[in-house]
Amino acid sequence: MAATNGATVPQTTFLEAIKQAMFEEMERDPAVVLLGEDVGVYGGAFKTSEGLLERFGWERVIDTPISESAIIGAACGMSYLGLRPICEMQFIDFIVCAFNQITNFVAKGHYLWNAPAPMVIRGPSGGGVHGGPFHSANPEMYFVHTPGLKVIYPSTPYDAKGLLKSAVRDNNPVLFFEHKFLYRRIKEELPKDDYTVPIGKAVVRREGKHLTILSYAAMMHASLEAADALVKEGIEAEVVDLRTLLPLDEETILASVKKTNKCLVVHEDTKTGGIAGEIAAILCEKAFSDLDGPLMRVTALDTPVPYSPPLEEYFLPNAKKIFSAAKELARY
Amino acid sequence: MKTSLARQQYLDLYYYMRLNRAVEDTMVKLFRQNKIVGGLYSSLGQEAISVGTAYALEKKDWLAPMIRNIGALLVKGVPPRDVFMQHMAKYDSPTKGKDGTSHFGDLENLHIVSPISMLGDLIPVMTGVAMAGRYLGQKIVAMTWIGDGGSSTGVFHEGLNFAATQRAPFVLILENNLWAYSTPVKRQVPLDNLADRAKAYGISSYTVDGNDVVAVYTTAKEAVDRARAGEGPILIECKSFRRLGHAQHDPAEYVPKEMRKYWEARDPILLYEKFLTGEKLLDAKGKKEIEDKIDALLAKERDFAENSPMPPAEFAEHGVYCTGDDCHKIQPKWVRSKAEVTPPKSSVAPVWTVEGFGEGQGSSGGTAPIHFGDTAPQLADQKEEQAPKAPGKAGGKKPARSVAAAPARKARR
Repeated sequence: MAATNGATVPQTTFLEAIKQAMFEEMERDPAVVLLGEDVGVYGGAFKTSEGLLERFGWERVIDTPISESAIIGAACGMSYLGLRPICEMQFIDFIVCAFNQITNFVAKGHYLWNAPAPMVIRGPSGGGVHGGPFHSANPEMYFVHTPGLKVIYPSTPYDAKGLLKSAVRDNNPVLFFEHKFLYRRIKEELPKDDYTVPIGKAVVRREGKHLTILSYAAMMHASLEAADALVKEGIEAEVVDLRTLLPLDEETILASVKKTNKCLVVHEDTKTGGIAGEIAAILCEKAFSDLDGPLMRVTALDTPVPYSPPLEEYFLPNAKKIFSAAKELARY
Repeated sequence: MKTSLARQQYLDLYYYMRLNRAVEDTMVKLFRQNKIVGGLYSSLGQEAISVGTAYALEKKDWLAPMIRNIGALLVKGVPPRDVFMQHMAKYDSPTKGKDGTSHFGDLENLHIVSPISMLGDLIPVMTGVAMAGRYLGQKIVAMTWIGDGGSSTGVFHEGLNFAATQRAPFVLILENNLWAYSTPVKRQVPLDNLADRAKAYGISSYTVDGNDVVAVYTTAKEAVDRARAGEGPILIECKSFRRLGHAQHDPAEYVPKEMRKYWEARDPILLYEKFLTGEKLLDAKGKKEIEDKIDALLAKERDFAENSPMPPAEFAEHGVYCTGDDCHKIQPKWVRSKAEVTPPKSSVAPVWTVEGFGEGQGSSGGTAPIHFGDTAPQLADQKEEQAPKAPGKAGGKKPARSVAAAPARKARR
């Protein structure tokens, strides 16, 4: 994971990490192209593709009409000839406009007729920035329920860059969610040299012994904040960043829960049908006798994402809610 | 029917139409013997469309069939046994029993993309195939088919519009057989000519008698040539009639008897035989030879298909993901120089040129506004130890200021 020569690029934002990953992959391999709405001259609504058109030209950075199904469909066709297209959804909310194309065409091709589709679908997701009900979505679980796709949801610039590179190089269709709350709020030093982060591997962000907090994306940071606060209560929480939701890293999850015997899942996605439910089932199947307490979850409410700040703050999980739930779980 | 083709081309068209019909007749027999697993769809009376259009393609070109385009697959080189085995869900079928009917493809050799049942989705996919072929310098054309019914889907519009903005070398055959399952075309599309849909995309179109195989072929050939030359995409409406129901289960009593009679008299194979006989391209002996050839071929192919095993049950678990190079070594076939699409040659001025007004550019730099997600004021440039010129590496330039609700923090890993 580390750079070979140890050199780093200082203080890289999450957004910049995404841009670097695309830039470096396009530089490395002319089979990589980018298509999406306003990705070219404008550089993307979030500036993640700024400078790419200038460097790689009109054939490789393609401004499309507002047609998500056409973007995904065309990328799929391109991938059949060996290209590795990256599709940008201007907001990940709009991915559902291409739901059929993704779940029926792209996802099933390898299983049904031995046709790999090496393509990436990425875009800004998540709430906390008052984007309202159609610009704040966490639609990951629609796709986690679709065999044939891989689903990544990173929480740090390092992972965002390394996982996006892995996604581009993967022979399967990969969905890559970028929590927009993190775009300019999280930064860190990145290795200067090429590196990748493996798809399907979770990581322990903080060691602990009293309970495990499983989370990802923006809520990973809220979970760490809560874990810091829990120390004063004498509770050492282990925080695991899932990073990839499909395939899920059961090994790391089980290892942590078998160590702490308690599990709290935190996600910004709504509660019903969220990944917490799936994890609860896995723990029941594979770690039932290791559990000293019920699986608990801190999630968003089962409502659309409301617009007004007090409503959205009430809707979203946060460090305080995680702290309370963890304290309750620790009492078992 | 015009008379400008080589003799062999005329005979090829005849052979493939007869083969198309014979393959489907054989499958009706298999269906009645309960040897077909799922539904069976027929292109009876529409063979001239599948055969005439696909015959206009070169070997390197790509096609994606719909459910009534078995003829196109045969022209492209698919052996009849594959079609039989697909319908019989056999292990030796192209999908090894994972899907049926015309739902199979071949990326490597025949350049066929498998359809899905949701109509219209092939249009953007084949647009992408056409764009990738052009990008790689392969000079290919991509072709797919859509019905009168499928032309009302949203993805038909998205796909064809995108293809038009890209001038993609793509030919779309709109097979108007007047019925979408039980609903007549007039209740679906308020147009006399579905080719008029092309006007909405600013692209060329043709309307052709879909039961006249020579007219279909010559039109398709012209369209394919034009698309290859950069005039694509092109839409061709082939007017025809669906002689049987939506599938075998459907007696299609919603179709007036008189309408069926009218079109039966216009059977594309009968019409073509009359033409060939009149032009002295086919006589009774020649016809018999073709029939014998097809009979012998299909007996062999059917035999092979019937003797193929069903897939082992546990095979259901396999193949959801490509496992890497051992599974598929993915290498695009470059025909042009990669240098043309890599810097410095690929680099351009990132501006929109608006005719009569000049140029406009994107907003960029560290303080460029983004749509949502960061309304916090930006700090002025921090100390920059390294500021590479490459746009992807402007790492130190734009850190966000800490905001009370969410302090900018160093990530932990």
